[in-house]
Amino acid sequence: MSSLQSLDLKQRSATTVQPPSARSNPEVSKLIDISKCIGCKACQVACSEWNDLRDTVGTNVGVYDNPADLSPESWTLMRYSEVEENGKLEWLIRKDGCMHCAEPGCLKACPSPGAIVQYSNGIVDFIEEHCIGCGSCVTGCPFNIPRISKEDHKAYKCTLCSDRVAVGLEPACVKTCPTGAIQFGTKEDMKELAAERMVDLKERGFQNAGLYDPQGVGGTHVMYVLQHADQPELYHRLPKDPHISPLVNLWKGPFKPLALAAMGVTVLAGLLHYLKVGPKEPHGESQSD
Amino acid sequence: MLRPKNAIDRYNYLERVVHWLLAIFFFTAALSGLAFFHPSMFWLTNFFGGGPWTRILHPFMGIGMFVFFAWLGLKVMGHNTIDKTDVEWLKHAHEVMAGDESAAPPAGKYNAGQKVLFWLLTLCMLGLLVTGFCFWRPLADGLPVTLIRWASLLHAVCATGLILLVIGHAYMAFWTKQSIRAMVQGWVTPAWAKSNHPAWHDEVMRKN
Repeated sequence: MSSLQSLDLKQRSATTVQPPSARSNPEVSKLIDISKCIGCKACQVACSEWNDLRDTVGTNVGVYDNPADLSPESWTLMRYSEVEENGKLEWLIRKDGCMHCAEPGCLKACPSPGAIVQYSNGIVDFIEEHCIGCGSCVTGCPFNIPRISKEDHKAYKCTLCSDRVAVGLEPACVKTCPTGAIQFGTKEDMKELAAERMVDLKERGFQNAGLYDPQGVGGTHVMYVLQHADQPELYHRLPKDPHISPLVNLWKGPFKPLALAAMGVTVLAGLLHYLKVGPKEPHGESQSD
Repeated sequence: MLRPKNAIDRYNYLERVVHWLLAIFFFTAALSGLAFFHPSMFWLTNFFGGGPWTRILHPFMGIGMFVFFAWLGLKVMGHNTIDKTDVEWLKHAHEVMAGDESAAPPAGKYNAGQKVLFWLLTLCMLGLLVTGFCFWRPLADGLPVTLIRWASLLHAVCATGLILLVIGHAYMAFWTKQSIRAMVQGWVTPAWAKSNHPAWHDEVMRKN
């Protein structure tokens, strides 16, 4: 993607000044209702169609997950988990992909100005023309989403169809989902929709049904309705409390100005020392010359 | 200045060449690393052909720096063992910095300050090498992300340490007059040796 919405930037990687902020937009969100998902993979196909991506055909290893993992050409992926809850077998199918965090770890870690942006509607987008291929976004991401291409060494992930959303369309996966398990709208509307689903699921006996909108990353712009919101790990290791790692926060936060200040102070100390003490000349030079 | 008859050799031609190659590799590795370290210095990537080229070249500059450091380090390591005299010297370090060496015990080929610098440099160089390999993609693909996060942080810490040490090293060379000549032309005057490294001076004189 290239930056189509330069007036609508909320955050920009490796940028210390505020991006243009005159215009504001309502925050959007995708709501993925796992209790309604039938695992048909239409969303994967729609993603590949709209974004014009064709992943290489892999090998069947005896599981439904296909392809086996996210890749530079596969930005969304159904992950299948078979679990036993309350004595019943449950087939939990989670549509994996970028969660579009309000506080994105990828954007925090990225060293290249403008290679990762967050639009005012909350969508986090990679601008590949500015990507230098270092892989810091992978280091920063709490959800293990970005993939670096072995061909062009650029990072890729779900764009939440920022190009479609920019012109008033819903993301391709939402458009195609045959059961309505994927919905799209303002974040407020999606939360209301999720609340209605909670009532329904609880009536059906899923006492721990809930919304996955993890606050550790400031909330996300892709949210899940989970039957077992108390155990998100059941859903193919969805993290319970995702947050930007304190190591990344230290590396990209306070350490940077402190290190630069230390370098400046060291140079200054040298100058002050020289002005005070003067050069250190050998004693008795004239005799030895 | 022409080489006087009583000049003392301090660094041979090969050692000087390796030192300055090390300096060049340090300089390029540091500038390209700083470009990624803070947004305010990203423009430094222009020296190396842009962002992706800087990302491609940086690890090779680092490896070059390490190789030259290792060669030189192994050469001078024997002169850098820290003993009791050095501990005594360090107690008088602040007086030496003020220009008065009279109380400090006579230094050998390297004084205690230089020895401490040498071992800290070694620590930073090793740290940079090991942590650098931990997130050099695609080589590091598949390593646990926690390891990669630790490596990224510690790489920045070691790099900062190295830059601070090199600023100190360069300043000492500038402050102690005629030191740079030892690393450019290779020799020092007996007066320089006697003033700055008396024990080494006496040792050389005994041998001659």
